This record gives sequence, C-alpha cells and structure tokens, in this order.
Amino acid sequence: MRKFENKLGNQHRNQIEGSGTFASAILLKHDDPSTIKMRTSTKKYLLLRLLKYVLLDILKNRMVLFYTLFLLATSFGLFSMSGDPTKGIASLLNIVLLVSPLLSLIFSTIYFYNSYEFIELLSAQPIQRKTILYSQYWGLCISLIVALVIGLGIPLLLFAPGKAALSLLIVSCGLTMAFVSLALLAALLTRDKARGIGLSLLLWFYFTFIYDALMLMIMFAYIDYPMETLTLTMISLNPIDLARVIVLLQLDVSALMGYTGAMLQDLFSSGKGVLLASGVMLIWILAPLRLAIKLFNKRDL
Amino acid sequence: MIAFKNISKSFGKTKILDQLNLELLKGQSIALIGPNGSGKTTLIKCLLGLVVPTSGKIQIEGVNTIGSWLHRSNIGYMPQIGRYPDNITVMQLFEMIKEVRKDTYTKLDEELLHSFDIFKFENKTMRSLSGGMRQKVSACLAFMFDPEILILDEPTAGLDPISSEILKEKLKKELTKGKLVLITSHILSDLEELTDKIIYLNEGKIVFFKKVEELKSETGSINLSKAIARIMELQNNLS
Repeated sequence: MRKFENKLGNQHRNQIEGSGTFASAILLKHDDPSTIKMRTSTKKYLLLRLLKYVLLDILKNRMVLFYTLFLLATSFGLFSMSGDPTKGIASLLNIVLLVSPLLSLIFSTIYFYNSYEFIELLSAQPIQRKTILYSQYWGLCISLIVALVIGLGIPLLLFAPGKAALSLLIVSCGLTMAFVSLALLAALLTRDKARGIGLSLLLWFYFTFIYDALMLMIMFAYIDYPMETLTLTMISLNPIDLARVIVLLQLDVSALMGYTGAMLQDLFSSGKGVLLASGVMLIWILAPLRLAIKLFNKRDL
Repeated sequence: MIAFKNISKSFGKTKILDQLNLELLKGQSIALIGPNGSGKTTLIKCLLGLVVPTSGKIQIEGVNTIGSWLHRSNIGYMPQIGRYPDNITVMQLFEMIKEVRKDTYTKLDEELLHSFDIFKFENKTMRSLSGGMRQKVSACLAFMFDPEILILDEPTAGLDPISSEILKEKLKKELTKGKLVLITSHILSDLEELTDKIIYLNEGKIVFFKKVEELKSETGSINLSKAIARIMELQNNLS
C-alpha cells in the first residue's frame, strides 16, 4: 500500500513540475480561472504511452515468440541444407511470402478482437479514437517486425549477407505492415470475431492463390500482345507479387522470366523502379489503415 | 452546460433515440429513468462519444462534442458493466489510466480508493474480480480525476449495502461542489435521496423532465417510487 501511495505522490509531483500549454476553449471552464491547469494533450506522447501498454500485452502472448522461433528454424534449416546462398534466399522467399502475410492477418485480427475491452475502456477516456487505433497498429507492427528481424535478419546476415538478403528483409517488413493494416480493416468491417477471422483468411487466400490464378489466365489470354505495362500494373495490385518480384530481381534470375522479366529488371535496377515499388507498398500500408480509422471513428462501442 | 439538440440514433431499423432535445445545467443532480430499452444507456454513450448519433448535435458549454475527444477529460463515467482487460491488475489499471490522462487532469481524488479499501485487492487481476469489485473499481475511476460532470449508469446495481452507502455519500459530497450529476437507476429510493430532477425516457423520447417535488405533488404521492408507478400506469392506460 505504501508503494502504491508513493507512486501516486510521484505522479503528482511530476504533474506539477511538468510544464504544458493551457488548454483551448474546448475545455470546460472552472469557476476560478487560476485553477485551469488542464493541458492540451500532446498526442504523440499519448500514442507512445498507449503503445507501451499494447506492446507489454503482446509480449505476454506467446504467438510472436513461436513465430520468431519458426522463422529462425526455417531459415537456419534452409541455409544449411542448400550450400548456395542464392538458392537459400529463393526458397526462404517463398516461405516468407506465404507465412508472414498469413500470420500478420490472423494474429492481428484475433488480437484486435481480444483487446475489445481495452479499446472500450480507452474510448471513454480523453483520447482520440485515431490514437487508440494507431497504438494497436504500431504495437502489432513493431512486435511482428522484431520477430522478422530476429528470425529472418540474423540468419540472413550469417549465411547470405548482401543486397538480396536486405531486400528480402525490408520487403517482408513492408508486407507485414500492409497486412496488419488489412487485418484491422477486416476486423472493423464486422463485429463478429469468427466472421472477421474468416474475412482475413479470405484476403490471404485471395492475395496468395486466387489473384495469381486470375493473373495467369489474363496473361494466357493475351499471350500474343505486348504485356509489360499490364504485368507491371497487375503486380502492383498485389503486395505479395510485388514483394516477390522485388526480391527475385535482386537474385539475378530474371533471365528466367522472359521479356517481361528483362523489362522489370531494367525498371527495378534503376532508382525510379525502387521508388515506384516503395510508393505502391506505401499505398498498400496506408490505404487500408485510413479506411480502418474512418470505420473506427463511426463505430458504436 | 450540456445541450442535446435533435439527437437521433438508430441501430439498423430500430430507433433508440428519436429527435431528443435536452438541456442540463451545472449543479443539477438528475435521474434518468425509463423502462428497459428506452435509450438511457445510449443517451449517455452519445454524450461520451462511445456511440455516434445518427443525427443531431451535442454541446458542452457551447462546444460540439461529436467527433471531439477533449470533453471526455471533464466527464467521469461509471459504466453499467465495467469491462476491463483481463490480465491487468487493479493497480496497473489505475496507473495506466492515470498515465493516459496525465495531461488533462488537475487534481486526483482518491478518496473512494480508501473508503472502498481497494488496496486490499490491488494486486488481483481484473479477471479474478467479482462483479461488485469491478463496480467499485469503475466507481473509483469515475471520481478519480475530479470531473465537472459525473455520469453513473446503474451505480449501485452490483454493490453491497455498505459500499452502496459509501458511494452515495461520496456523490452527495460531490454535489455540494456544484457538479453536474446524471444517474440512471431502477432503484428509485436511491434516486430520491440523490437527485432533484427526473428525466423520464420512453422509446427514445423524453416523456417529462421535472423536479421531484413537482412530480410528487402532481400525483399526490408521498414518495418517488409511488409517483413514478402512478405515471407509468397512466402511460399504459393511454397507449
């Protein structure tokens, strides 16, 4: 009990010492103007404070730990099986492109539904809804990216350091951020947890299998025509394909990809291509997140 | 102090609040009553911004609250069912909310923490608390930041008689400081003790907003529960 009170005392002191700007007219007026000490909330710090609690909560969840261990085991296994680091990266790429979107989607959706109480509690506090959602988003992104850096980054650094390894790591981080954003969108589209998870699974299925099948069909149908622009557009419309192409082009296997491959190689070896790819990835991260915030602002809790 | 202007809210096809107009003044202690499903909790949640009204405006001191968030720093809210993260302990919960609201409060009021003896179970997780203990935690949070507006949704529902008395005493004390208090409850004797005005809500509309004394003299009843019972009867006869 004494400890508790001490803490309270400290907080009080901090509060008095900490300087802040006076709140704007939005705040209600006290009878005596000299007692108005309310401060405008510095949003960034508020986000960081919330983030701390979200991260602590995610750390308690063993899922991220398992994910890290899985990545470590897979990478070490693949690199020690194949002596050629390029082959190792190529096989790792396929696994990461399959697993990391899936895990980001499912884990984030479940986590969001499970922190409903936390979100409800915070929504009744003087916090913007946007800040609450951002704290969830960044908490999920940071923990999953840390898992990637440890589980993927360390083996890559040990076995195949280089441009290709770096691009694989960056691309998988980008994918994680995009799919966490999509997961929050899916979770906000429906109130029912089972449906939300179903929707995320569907999204994963679409981006991993259905989209590629559609793309192959279209390419096959127009096989007699020049395809560069169409291919590039279609690749951009699927973050997983985009990620795959970026990494493959670092591996110098584009010769296997025909004329379009050569065109892509040409594009992505220049700064313009990298800028374009990053731009498209950024849209994939921001657009679903913005939409999720819009939905969350209108959500009845 | 608080003005509801033409507030409507529907969930799907069901209308919960219907073109509701209401003005509450500082220093008033108001009871919000009505049958189940009459929109009491929705009205409160609209004020807090937990529910977004379909149409209409809510102003606090002339400032629009819908879509805003800073007004919540001046509201203490005790929900009907306090839902909290499972794995957090009571002390961690208080620390967290204090940290989150650090920029917006001037004074901490921890009187209830002592009178409810929260420290006895401060290291228990929220999951392991009973309904009544949760209610106590909710009450402490509502009063903790010395807000100008107190909103209590069924405050005494899960509390034992002693705790209920403690809460009522605390409320009376806050009322003398000129705060605006809004309480919903089905325990009319509690309300009679604490409030001086009654809002009767039915099917999302305000049936009346009157002083307790007025109600009693109009219906010729000695206490509030009889007066309300009389009114409800009349309402049923009319419809």
